[in-house]
Amino acid sequence: MKQKFDIIQSTCIPIQIDNCNTDLIIPARYLASTTRDPKFFGDAFMHDLRYNADGKPVADFVMNRPEYSEAPRQGVHEIIIGGQNWGSGSSREHAAWAIAGYGVRVVISSSFADIHRNNLLNCFVLPVIVSREFQQELFDTVSANPQAEVKVDVLNQTVTNLATGHSETFEINGYKKYCLMNALDDIDFLLENKEKIEKFEKETHPVPPCEGGN
Amino acid sequence: MKSLFDKIWDAHVILDVPDGPTQLYIDRLYCHEVTTPQAFDTLRDKNIRVFRPEQVVAMPDHNTPSDQQEHIDDPVGRKQVETLAKNCAEFGIRHFAMGSKDNGIIHVVGPEKALSLPGMTIVCGDSHTSTHGAVGAIAMGIGTSEVAQVLASQTILQSKPKTMRINIEGTLPEGTTAKDVALYIMAQMTTSGATGYAVEYAGSTVRNMSMEGRLTLSNLSIEMGSRAGLIAPDEITFEYLKGREYAPKGEAWDKAVEEWKQLYSDPDAVFDKEVTYRAEDIAPRITYGTNPGAGIAIDECIPTLDEVAEADKDQFLAMLDYMQFEPGQKLEGTPIDYCFLGACTNGRIEDFRAFASVVKGKKKAPNVVAWLVPGSWLVRQQIIDEGIDKILEEAGFELRLPSCSSCLAMNPDKVPAGKLSISTSNRNFVGRQGPGARTILASPLVVAASAITGVITDPRKM
Repeated sequence: MKQKFDIIQSTCIPIQIDNCNTDLIIPARYLASTTRDPKFFGDAFMHDLRYNADGKPVADFVMNRPEYSEAPRQGVHEIIIGGQNWGSGSSREHAAWAIAGYGVRVVISSSFADIHRNNLLNCFVLPVIVSREFQQELFDTVSANPQAEVKVDVLNQTVTNLATGHSETFEINGYKKYCLMNALDDIDFLLENKEKIEKFEKETHPVPPCEGGN
Repeated sequence: MKSLFDKIWDAHVILDVPDGPTQLYIDRLYCHEVTTPQAFDTLRDKNIRVFRPEQVVAMPDHNTPSDQQEHIDDPVGRKQVETLAKNCAEFGIRHFAMGSKDNGIIHVVGPEKALSLPGMTIVCGDSHTSTHGAVGAIAMGIGTSEVAQVLASQTILQSKPKTMRINIEGTLPEGTTAKDVALYIMAQMTTSGATGYAVEYAGSTVRNMSMEGRLTLSNLSIEMGSRAGLIAPDEITFEYLKGREYAPKGEAWDKAVEEWKQLYSDPDAVFDKEVTYRAEDIAPRITYGTNPGAGIAIDECIPTLDEVAEADKDQFLAMLDYMQFEPGQKLEGTPIDYCFLGACTNGRIEDFRAFASVVKGKKKAPNVVAWLVPGSWLVRQQIIDEGIDKILEEAGFELRLPSCSSCLAMNPDKVPAGKLSISTSNRNFVGRQGPGARTILASPLVVAASAITGVITDPRKM
């Protein structure tokens, strides 16, 4: 999952579902696992929309249609175009693991739920927020031509519809951008400040005791 | 001129990363079995210990069965619960084991044991952590990577959210509860209306709400998109917390209360957004769709297609298709198959009192399967101490054992495909109570009335 980000240019999977909650992205029964196996979670990605109760693929669901069903690899289906309010509901990071495990590296939407957006970043999947107009344009382009490519340039914070040449910039804070481009996670950074934390506990904010247990 | 949120946030800043998030100190981390195994693995990978184990409290709740708690049949769920116990033993973390008197749903146990206190920063790998904000704390749901951050450093990297104040003014009409208030707000502002914001609830309706009601309101903040739902602590808060297991005692209590009394939004505090609702506009509510914002007053009809915005029509019809409802349909009187009282939303003593007040002296409809699941062993004991269990039993209901139960289909309490459930839980998502299950969200009063008649019923008409 930890991969350095630079430029991603790829065909896309359009998942045009507004308010696509994390229960849809990965149903609760896949949460009981203690594994970190990306394939386990990748196989569960959008499971109940991809498969019927008998385990057979739902033929007309976008991820099962021949033009979008190829598993992601470099340049192919590394980008999802999602509906607005993507990832609402449960905080389950398993949803981000499912997306990453499936092989997706970028999710583009006009809005993300707050917790899921952080989870994606922590799993080295880039959430890209675009205008609703551009989101619709991307849906239109990718639906009309599944071979159409979108280019995401992390350094310059731009996302480009290569079919139309239209481009937008997107927001990401400098810290997280550095982390993504260098495949660094947050714990190392936090622990670098250990002395500051201890000083804070001692001088500014005495740790509240947790005494009890009658 | 600081808001309540700003006061607590500012008091916990370790540092602001240039062009980045804030490193925020966390007073309390709660862990449950579902969202922590991989976080502990991260610590092992990096060969680090838990930084402040005494500030972490863990308990299993999602996989816990509600009929017996001797064993978990599902091997995967069992392993997850066992893994939490093992991790807690290895890392020296306080653990309330399944079936012990300390156990229950984290968001019920935390406040009732006064492990969650005013002025704290509280996080948990669970979106309903917003619940704890009702005691006057910043309480937020986080992901598993962030759980690992807090285990490792007792801090977290977070960008400061914008602030929103939601005022609710006036007296709630008969039969209307905190649950209805939350369902009403969601319907007004949609399930993403508060995304990016930390919400503070204020106004006379909130001031007059019991602690249990406030916990229900804060619990549902995430269903409006907000990660945090704060309520300024007051005498109701202090009265609720005083004498509870982990509350400060003696002089320490008096000192704490003096500090907590400073936790309010200054009169000139500025919010990024402020909205006001009138309590008198709110009635007992039900949802009809597959997100919590798709709701109506119980005596209203589902919107007709003409009443739905053009851009929302496809989603509206897809929701109704799943729910097997029609545009314009009146739901009152629709037969139900299952009813569920419980969850971190409505699994507290007041919810069981409310339910009992409706079913007392009546009989459960024979066509309804009812799950009545206390949020904790403490709540269950209180139900028994108050004789509520007898009232429920006489009405044909069985009191079950504390668990997340039928809220999320991770334990045996699953609603079968196609069945219609009326539930006090927090999410009516597709498949939430079980693959194909259809869920209507409502208050304990509405669920109780419907359990008696076997059809969706307005409690005011009982």
